[in-house]
Amino acid sequence: MVAQLTRSLLEGDRPALARALTRIENHDERAREIIASIFPATGNARIIGITGAPGTGKSTLVNEWVKVIRAEGEPVAILAIDPSSPITGGAIMGDRVRMQEHAGDAGVYIRSMASRGKLGGLANATRDAIRVLDAAGFPYILLETVGTGQSEVDVAQLAHTTIVVEAPGLGDEVQAIKAGLLEIADIVVLNKADRPGAAQTLRSLQQMLALGSSRMEADGITHHTGDHGVNMTAEKKPGDAAVWIPPIIQTVAREGDGVEELWQLVKSHIEYLQVANHMVDWNRRQLAQELKERLENQWLERFRWHMNGQAFQQQVDRLAEGSIDPFTAVDELLNHTLAEVLESSTALTGTHKGGGAR
Amino acid sequence: MSKHPVRILIAKPGLDGHDRGAKVIARMLRDAGMEVIYTGLRQTPEMIAEAALQEDVDLVGLSILSGAHTSLVPRIREKMNECGLEAIPLLLGGIIPQDDYESMQAYGVASIFGPGTRADAIVSEIETIVSKSKQ
Ligand SMILES: Nc1nc2c(ncn2[C@@H]2O[C@H](COP(=O)(O)OP(=O)(O)OP(=O)(O)O)[C@@H](O)[C@H]2O)c(=O)[nH]1
Ligand SMILES: [Mg+2]
Repeated sequence: MVAQLTRSLLEGDRPALARALTRIENHDERAREIIASIFPATGNARIIGITGAPGTGKSTLVNEWVKVIRAEGEPVAILAIDPSSPITGGAIMGDRVRMQEHAGDAGVYIRSMASRGKLGGLANATRDAIRVLDAAGFPYILLETVGTGQSEVDVAQLAHTTIVVEAPGLGDEVQAIKAGLLEIADIVVLNKADRPGAAQTLRSLQQMLALGSSRMEADGITHHTGDHGVNMTAEKKPGDAAVWIPPIIQTVAREGDGVEELWQLVKSHIEYLQVANHMVDWNRRQLAQELKERLENQWLERFRWHMNGQAFQQQVDRLAEGSIDPFTAVDELLNHTLAEVLESSTALTGTHKGGGAR
Repeated sequence: MSKHPVRILIAKPGLDGHDRGAKVIARMLRDAGMEVIYTGLRQTPEMIAEAALQEDVDLVGLSILSGAHTSLVPRIREKMNECGLEAIPLLLGGIIPQDDYESMQAYGVASIFGPGTRADAIVSEIETIVSKSKQ
């Protein structure tokens, strides 16, 4: 069944794509098989992250941008991530409202995904969703996230090019968010440039960016460890081909103004990544990060599974009696759990080998 | 295995320009733990069908106040079937005359919610429909 699904998916079949994405979102057992079989067909798409405070015009911008990309004849997929309510687990995803005019265009695929607030789960689910869209043959994937907190920042970092969308008149409470977001921006968009206060916001963004880049330079000069990434920063000079200085561009997304220029900027950022061989480094960094996160999650999950067992209750009893101290209790439990975890993983590999013959 | 949130598309087809009701429903379903994909006003049958396909939803909720359900629902069903979504149930919200209930069922309308239907009734009805259609 998974074989059929992935075959259709690789041929660009939309229902198969839709179903595969659902499996990824649900952490379905088959998600793992899907990823395993499409993995060799991934790594071709360019991923562009669009993030920013609520209501800055991200979806409107994406909608206009899709028109520009489509005019060049390239297919494009949009993955729009919205937060799930931490209390009920529900979500309202309204990004499509601004993008519905692309209905009927087989070169556009839009998918909304709720964050489902799992520990470390969002970044991994997003990675896999991107892989599915990549394998389905989309050369460009636009990833829209609302920039409000840490997890969204993590997700924004899955993109080759990260665009931070700002707007005039957001008030002081978003200043902090802004500063945090600006650090991850490859390109800063000041949208709603038609609104009063745009010039002032532009100036303050320019100041914040200038501060950010001078801080980076200072960092590069102080740590001379010979580490590749740091050296690059130390050699940072404006106009140097090895350096990307985040530009600011003004747009009026509602009118489509500035969107062509934004696309050109993104293209030159992609070129920069390719020319300087940064893409190879970027990919390795991403994969290393993913491996680390998945490993951590797996460890945690397996430990948690073993944690409610008899051995755990016994240690609680012994602690309550005063016959053991907490440190020793933890050491013993750790050794015990580790043995159990190792035992169960051998059992797990065993089943996989047995059942995987297809 | 574990239970996943219900995914539902809420759309407002037709030409009348009020989506307050649809938004209230969307919020209510979110508060009941569902994932609501909201597509907004003036949705064509094609837009609705494509969104339902791309989002892989469990059901599609339509808010129709204009009395245009007799023409809209068959066209939406047709487009959805063209997309291979025959099995996806429709829900109708709005003022639908009792006489039309039967004909609406023929288009895969699993439930009709008139004005003033209680939130918990809508939620439990949706849960029943989804668990039935997933069998
Ligand atoms: N004046 C003006 N309004 C705009 C512009 N771009 C978008 N808007 C309006 O801003 C509002 C929010 O736009 P969205 O595109 O939904 O913003 P968003 O950032 O995707 O919002 P969330 O996804 O909810 O965070 C809408 O009412 C748009 O019409 C612009 O360039 N100028
Ligand atoms: Mg949006």
